[in-house]
Amino acid sequence: MLKILKYAFFDLIRSRWSYTYFLFYFIITFSLLYLSADLSKVIISLMNIILVLSPLIASIFGVIYYYNSREFTELLLAQPIKRSNIFIGQYLGLVFSLTVSLLLGLLIPFAIYGIFYNSEIWNFVILIIAGVFLTFIFAGFSYNIALHNENKIKGFGFAILIWLLLAVAYDGIFLLALVTFSDYPLEKFALFATALNPIDLSRILILLKLDISALMGYTGAVFNNFFGAAKGMIISGLSLFFWTIIPLAMIIRKSSKKDF
Amino acid sequence: MEIINIKNLNKSFGKNEVLKGFNLSLVTPGIISILGPNGSGKTTLIKSILGMVIPNSGDIYVNDINIKNNWNYRSLIGYMPQIANFPENLTVKELFNMIKDLQGGLGDEKPFVDLFKLSAHLNKKLGNLSGGTKQKVNFTLTFINDKPIYILDEPITGLDPIALIQVKKILKQEKEKGKTILITTHIMSLVEELSDMIIFLLDGKIYFKGTIKELKEKYTENNMEQALAKIFLNNTTNN
Repeated sequence: MLKILKYAFFDLIRSRWSYTYFLFYFIITFSLLYLSADLSKVIISLMNIILVLSPLIASIFGVIYYYNSREFTELLLAQPIKRSNIFIGQYLGLVFSLTVSLLLGLLIPFAIYGIFYNSEIWNFVILIIAGVFLTFIFAGFSYNIALHNENKIKGFGFAILIWLLLAVAYDGIFLLALVTFSDYPLEKFALFATALNPIDLSRILILLKLDISALMGYTGAVFNNFFGAAKGMIISGLSLFFWTIIPLAMIIRKSSKKDF
Repeated sequence: MEIINIKNLNKSFGKNEVLKGFNLSLVTPGIISILGPNGSGKTTLIKSILGMVIPNSGDIYVNDINIKNNWNYRSLIGYMPQIANFPENLTVKELFNMIKDLQGGLGDEKPFVDLFKLSAHLNKKLGNLSGGTKQKVNFTLTFINDKPIYILDEPITGLDPIALIQVKKILKQEKEKGKTILITTHIMSLVEELSDMIIFLLDGKIYFKGTIKELKEKYTENNMEQALAKIFLNNTTNN
């Protein structure tokens, strides 16, 4: 698995897209730091970008990478290696290269700014953790989608649809449900519904750390009331961890049965 | 020892039964051509032997090893896929190293690099190579390690005439060394020139297995293509 990971990573990190992705975060972070003196505000602006963009990029890259390397995967399948190792290796190679772009794009400007000597460092760390989780989770989703769909257009469509649903439509539907059933006690429903969306979980994880109740929204407030900030963070972090494991397990399961 | 032994293999994709109760036993090494019209099950057969397609039922043995839930046996087989498509941002050299790495750190690409004059391309990215050069790289990867069995899927598409002569030479050499080489191709001149045995598939079953001479005698034809066409027509008009 490590061998596959190594070469997949080398292949991807040298691609033009990795540089573009890195440059995007680098320029955005740099400009935000330049424009605002308030680090908390910069972190919140970045959060809003990362929560939408990193799942989108991970989704698109996941499907494109799978379909692009389809023929090479066949060659690998004929080598004396276990099947699951090939797919997990490729998936991790993809995720690591995206993570490196994200990490460096954020870290370099912040390091120049002097984040390591600033009290905001842990807020910054949580922001990065959330971004990395979302990259893992959405790359996992899209890799599964590609494994299940031979048709590229269909696979691509599904991946975008999942992103659109979780990043954009989910909050609207959720809010509508809360308004419609406002006569009922909704705390548990709200908690449950939030746990089903990794993007919401990441947002809550960051906002609990930043302790900005105004931005938390209903679910964040419920999380805060129900668990308190520390416990809320642990629980949202754990839920994100599960969201990372599930697609990985599904990749192993599907790849062991699939015909190529 | 049987090199390849397939017992009552069934494979269907949805409602499409590709291999039906397929049996095959290969005992003597040499170059074996697998022929048949499109959709006759050639690729499915090859991919089943390689473990890429998982059969619905039946058993496959390679060198008497049952391949079910096994992946180690693949170190016995060199496989050349039909379409050569490699990671774009790796160099040719890195790809050779990767495949050697995966095959236990053994292997030597040098004879093929010299033969195909690939040394000028070694440090180029695979995404920048022409189709023919990629095919040469593909060929090199297949033979990078010494294996008892080689499986080649349409090996000569896209090769220039000089490379083609070299490929034929390599195949003959490997045969002399006592290797088993399975080839699928639609190019009959290659089949006539190289094959020790041909296997003709139709609708997922073997309709003929033997030498070219036997084929011609059985169907009283002087031309191999005509004889194969005869099998094809005899068995499709009945339906």
